[in-house]
Amino acid sequence: MAGVAVSTTINGDAVEYLCQPDETLLDVLRDRLGLTGAKEGCGTGDCGACSVIVDGRLVCSCLVLGAEAEGRKVETIEGMAHGDQLHPLQQKFLEHAALQCGICTPGFLIAAKDLLAKNPSPTEEEIRFGLAGNLCRCTGYDKIVRAVQDAAEVMKGA
Amino acid sequence: MRYIRPLSIEDAVGELAKAVGPAAILAGGSDLLVRMKGGFIEPELIVDIKAISGLADITETADGFRIGAAVPCAVLGENKAVRKAWPGVVEAANLIGSKQVQGRCTITGNLCNASPAADSVPALVAAAAKAVVAGPSGKRTIAVESVPTGPGRTSLAKGEIIEAILLDKRPEHAGDAYLRFIPRTEMDIAVVSAGVNLTLDDKGAIKTARVALGAAAPTVLLVEEAGQVLVGSKLDEGTLERLAKICSGACRPIDDKRGTIEFRRKVAGVLAQRAAAIAYKRAGGK
Repeated sequence: MAGVAVSTTINGDAVEYLCQPDETLLDVLRDRLGLTGAKEGCGTGDCGACSVIVDGRLVCSCLVLGAEAEGRKVETIEGMAHGDQLHPLQQKFLEHAALQCGICTPGFLIAAKDLLAKNPSPTEEEIRFGLAGNLCRCTGYDKIVRAVQDAAEVMKGA
Repeated sequence: MRYIRPLSIEDAVGELAKAVGPAAILAGGSDLLVRMKGGFIEPELIVDIKAISGLADITETADGFRIGAAVPCAVLGENKAVRKAWPGVVEAANLIGSKQVQGRCTITGNLCNASPAADSVPALVAAAAKAVVAGPSGKRTIAVESVPTGPGRTSLAKGEIIEAILLDKRPEHAGDAYLRFIPRTEMDIAVVSAGVNLTLDDKGAIKTARVALGAAAPTVLLVEEAGQVLVGSKLDEGTLERLAKICSGACRPIDDKRGTIEFRRKVAGVLAQRAAAIAYKRAGGK
């Protein structure tokens, strides 16, 4: 198979890579670019652990081809903190212990970031619906929902 | 395998028409990539249609709306004009998958994937939506219900691509609705579903009606008799009972892990009644 040359922007940085035509964006991020924050849970778009934002849209990177990132803007969990300064969502996930094993956490953080960008004051129900594409088998979700509510308050005040 | 991103529909059609091995069209990929991952298809050519001019746009025309084949359902849901004119179509489209899937999936893909349980399709059939098909011998416009021919199969010929879905402009006193039954609150595949589209006269009596059922047969069903029984009525109890009976009778469902034949028949009638009531209210009926 011939490789596909891709020029894209990831977390604000211009990035170029060669990938196979059937290689997913998730595999490119993890295996070619060393960005291992996005996780492969199911590989079929059900669990949300591989969530990234492409041109302002929340997507599962396992359901996007690496070749499709040409000319796009990709945001991953690696771009969420500013240096040592955690994003309010990251801070609140820590404070509320909204994670146990942590595999789903990058996906939840990215999905929650997208949710709050589009709806800065979500109700509990809106948070639960908004994060329904992210599965967590440890927390039972309550702590995650509370962390997102708390982060929303902090971000509104910022 | 080859991945290409043509800039014109003619180039895309040309590449698909001359493809020797299995070829696939990629818009949102939420079905295609899952099927590739599962080994159900191994395309030798993937034609990404998202860079084709106009395919990622929703345009309002003199006749209604043109929804490009590459418009994600999330974008469709944010379009106020379509939402106002066709709330049933939009709510059906927005039921597909999670937020992540919504960012990618398209109603054209939902139609061409040809699942009997596709959420947007009964709503589109009820809406009398049309598909613009581009192919080696030019373009044609067909009714959406003529696209799926069985589970996973369509009437599209080699080299053909649906480039857009057309929805008519709405007259006064019009409304549509879509409902599905799933055992949980979201993120599931319809066990059975119903789409209803109505227009009313000035006195609130139903002037035209289309009823479609999902997951009730090998393809989404347009139940013409169910539409006919509604015409002239104001959705009185007797009419709703006849509607449910016709819908239950029109079903040719299967038994599977998601529901039995008996359950699907019963619920198809109930959902048609409820969707008709919502559509009637949206059309301004009392």
